[in-house]
Amino acid sequence: MAKTLERTFDGRELFASTLVWSAAVLVTGTFCWLLGDILWHGLNQISWTFLTTPPRNAGREGGIGPIIVSTALILSVCLGVSLPIGVGTAVLLAEFTTDESLFGRLTRRSLDVLSGVPSIVFGLFGNAFFCKTLGLGFSILSGGLTLACMVLPILIRSTEEGFRSVPTGYRLSAAALGLSRTTTLVHLLLPAAVPGLLVGLVLGVGRAIAETAALIFTSGYVDRMPGSLLDSGRALSIHIFDLSMNVSGGDAHAYASALVLVVLLLAINGTASWLAEHWLHRRIVTV
Amino acid sequence: MISSGSNTLSRWPTDRLLLWSLRGVATIAGAIVLLIVVFLVMEALPALRHVGVARFFTDPSWHPTEGFYNLTPMLWGTLFAMVGSVLIATPLGILSAVFCRYYAPPAVAQLYRKLIELLAGIPSVVYGFWGLVVLVPLIGAINPPGPSLLAGIIIVAIMILPTIALMADASLTNVPQQYMRGAAALGLSRWATIRGIVFPAAKSGLFTGVILETGRAIGETMAILMVCGNVVQTPHSLFDPIRTLTANIALEMAYALGDHRAALFVSGLVLMAMIASLVAAADWISRGRIYG
Amino acid sequence: MNKCGNFFVSKKNVVLALSMAALMCVPLSAGAQKPAADQLTGKLVVTGASTLAPLIGEIGKRFESLYPAVRIDVQSGGSSRGVADARQGLADIGMVSRAMKEDERDLSAFPVARDGVCPILHQENPVQALADEQVVAIYTGKITNWKAVGGTDAPITVVNKAEGRSTLEVFLHYFKLKSVDVKAQVVIGDNEQGVKTVAGNRNAIGYVSIGTAEYDATHGVPIKLLPIGGVEASTESVQKGIFPLSRPLHIVTRTPPVGLAKAFIEYAQSKAVHDLIRQQYFVPLAD
Repeated sequence: MAKTLERTFDGRELFASTLVWSAAVLVTGTFCWLLGDILWHGLNQISWTFLTTPPRNAGREGGIGPIIVSTALILSVCLGVSLPIGVGTAVLLAEFTTDESLFGRLTRRSLDVLSGVPSIVFGLFGNAFFCKTLGLGFSILSGGLTLACMVLPILIRSTEEGFRSVPTGYRLSAAALGLSRTTTLVHLLLPAAVPGLLVGLVLGVGRAIAETAALIFTSGYVDRMPGSLLDSGRALSIHIFDLSMNVSGGDAHAYASALVLVVLLLAINGTASWLAEHWLHRRIVTV
Repeated sequence: MISSGSNTLSRWPTDRLLLWSLRGVATIAGAIVLLIVVFLVMEALPALRHVGVARFFTDPSWHPTEGFYNLTPMLWGTLFAMVGSVLIATPLGILSAVFCRYYAPPAVAQLYRKLIELLAGIPSVVYGFWGLVVLVPLIGAINPPGPSLLAGIIIVAIMILPTIALMADASLTNVPQQYMRGAAALGLSRWATIRGIVFPAAKSGLFTGVILETGRAIGETMAILMVCGNVVQTPHSLFDPIRTLTANIALEMAYALGDHRAALFVSGLVLMAMIASLVAAADWISRGRIYG
Repeated sequence: MNKCGNFFVSKKNVVLALSMAALMCVPLSAGAQKPAADQLTGKLVVTGASTLAPLIGEIGKRFESLYPAVRIDVQSGGSSRGVADARQGLADIGMVSRAMKEDERDLSAFPVARDGVCPILHQENPVQALADEQVVAIYTGKITNWKAVGGTDAPITVVNKAEGRSTLEVFLHYFKLKSVDVKAQVVIGDNEQGVKTVAGNRNAIGYVSIGTAEYDATHGVPIKLLPIGGVEASTESVQKGIFPLSRPLHIVTRTPPVGLAKAFIEYAQSKAVHDLIRQQYFVPLAD
C-alpha cells in the first residue's frame, strides 16, 4: 500500500507502526495467557463421558451433558427472539427514520441506556417480569428472553452501522428502477449489511453465552436434562460459577467446562461467519 | 435515508405493512428500558419513602444493618473503574482493529480476529477467576492487598476490549475503497491515511463502539466482585480496594430483606441515572458531528 | 425446485426448520414410566442459600431415583430469598443456612446438617494459633502487623464476609463484634472466594465454613485452619459438638408440610442421606 512514494525513513510512520504492533502483541499476549491457563488446567478433564453424562457429586464428578443442552436451548431462544426484533429495529432506524426524528433519537438513546444496565439488574428484572408476572417460572424460556433483552442493543446498533455503510448508490438505483422499499431491503440492502449484522451477532452471542448473573435468577440452577423449554436448566456459565465459587474442589471441572464453552463459541462464530459468506456470495457480486 | 414514496409498481401495500411492523418491533425494543426503570422504581419505593433520597448521599457509611445507606463511595468506585477501563481499552481496541486491517499479513489478521471474537464470549466468571488467582496475587506482591481498583480496571479493560475492537474493525472495513485509492494516489503514507482519512470516515462506528463498551464497563458485575476487594470506601490510590454499585447489588441482594433490599434497588436506579446522563452527554457531543 | 436458488425454501432448510420446531414442542425426555399407585408424583421447587444448594441438589437427585415420577428443582438465590419465597408460596421449600431469626418463627424449620466456621491463614504463615482477643484486635484494626502476634513483619490483610451472610453473623456473634467495628481490606461473598483470596496472599486472614476449608486444605490448597479456644477446627470437632463456632442448616416451609414436601423433608433428615452430607463436607445431625 502506497509503498512506491514512501520516504525511506519516516519517523512518524515508524512510531505508528511500533505502536500498532505493540498493542497487538500486548493484547495477544494477555489473551494467550488467559486461554493457555484454561487449556492447561482443563484439557485433561475432557472426554466423551464428560461431554455426555450428567454431573454427580455437585458437579465434582460426572460430566456436563445436560448443561450443554440447556445452554444450546437458552441460546436458541435468545437468538430466535432477538434476531427478528433486532434486525427489524435496526432497519427502521437506518432506513426509515431521519437523524432528526424524535422516535429515532429516543429509540437509539433508550437502546444505549439498555446496553449499560448491569447484568444483575437484568437478572432481577427477568425474574420479576418473565418468571413472576408472565408466569413462566424458572425456565429456559425466561432465561432466553432475558438474554434477548441484553443482546438487543448490541445487535441493533451494529446492524444499524452495517446499514449505514451501504453506499447510497444502491438505494438510488433501486428507486430509479421502481423497486418497492421491501424488495430493495430484502434483496439488496440486507445482504450488503450482513457484515455489520455478523459483528452484532458475534458480540451478542458472546455476551449471551458469557452471562451469569442474569441467568441465575431466570433459567435457574437445575442440572437435569431439560424436558421442554419451560423446564429450568443450568447454563454453562452458571455451572462454571458454581464449581469455582460455591463447590469446594470443583476447580478442575470448572476449567474443563470453560474450555468446552470456548470451543462451543468457536463453533458458533465459525458457523455464523460461514453462513454470512455463503449468503453474501450468492447475492451480491461486488466489483 | 431515501425519502422516496412507497412502492410504485406493486399492487400490495407491502411497504406500508413493512413500515408498521418495523415500527411495532422498534417500539418493543425501545420499551424494554422503560419496563426496567418502572420495575426498579417499584422495588425501590419502600427505601425512598422510609429513608429519603438525601440520606443516600449523606449518611456516614454503608451499613444497612445499622441503618446507614451512603452510596457515594461506591459511586466513586464505579466511576473510577469505568473511566480507567475505557481509557485503557479504547486505544488498545482501536489499534488492534487498525493492526488487523492495515498492518498484519492476511493470515495473521484472520487469526487475530478469531482470537478477539473468542474473547468476547468468555464468561465474566472465568475472567474473574483468572483475575483472582493470577492477577490479584501479582498486584498483591507489588502493593498489598492484591484486590484493588487497579485489578478491576485491568480485568474490565480486557473484557470490553473485544467490543471496541470488533466494532472498530467493522467500521474500518466499511470505509469506501475510493478513499483508500485516493489516498494512495496522493502518495499518503500508511499512518497518514489511517489518521487523516480512515478515522474520520469511520467515526460513527467508532463512536458507537465506545458507547457500547462503556455500557458494558458500567454493567460488569461478576468479575469486579471477585477482584476489587469490595470494601466500601472512596479510593485514594490505584491499589485501594473498592466496591462498585453493581458488585454491591450482587453481593448483598441474596441476603437482604425489607429496606435493605429496596436500598439496593435505589442503587440500581442511581446506576441507570448515571448511564442515562452519559448517553445524553454523548448525544449532545455527537449531534450533527458524528452521524452526518 | 432449487433452480431459482431461493435460499429459504431449499429442501434441506425445510427439514431443518421442521425438526427444530418439533424439537421445541415435543418434550425431550424419553422413558416416561407409568407411576405405580403407591409412588409419589409431582414437582417441588426449592430455593434459598447457595451453600445448601449443592447438598439439597444431591439429596434431591437420590430422592428422584427412588421415586422416578418426582421432580425436585433446586434454585439458589440466598437465605433471605429462601425465606421470602417460602412465605409467598413461590417455592415449596426454602433453604436457610443459619439459625432461624425471631421474626421467622411463623415458618416450620427443619435442620438437616451443621457446619462450622473457622479462621484460615496461608499455609506458610508461621502463626499457628490465635487467642480470641487477638482475633478481635486484628478484625477491629487494632493489630495491623503480623509481628504483634508472633508472625513475620508484614501488614495483615483482613478478609471479611459481606453483610447479611450467615458465616459473618456467626463470627460476629461469637466474638461479640458489630458489623461497623470490623475494619477489613477485602470483603468476599462466597466461601471459595475467601479460600482463594487467602491462598493467594501470605499475609491474609479470613474465615470460612469448616467444610470448605477442610476439603481444600486436604486437596492441596495452601491454607490452614486455626483452632478456636484451643479446639481444633475440623468437621470431627463440630460433630462432637465441642467446636464453639457452628451454625445449623435448615430447610423451611410456610406451613407444616404435607404430601410430597413432607416425604422429601423426612428423607432429607433421615440417616439415608448422611453419606451425602459428609460428601459435601457438612456434619450430619446426631439423633
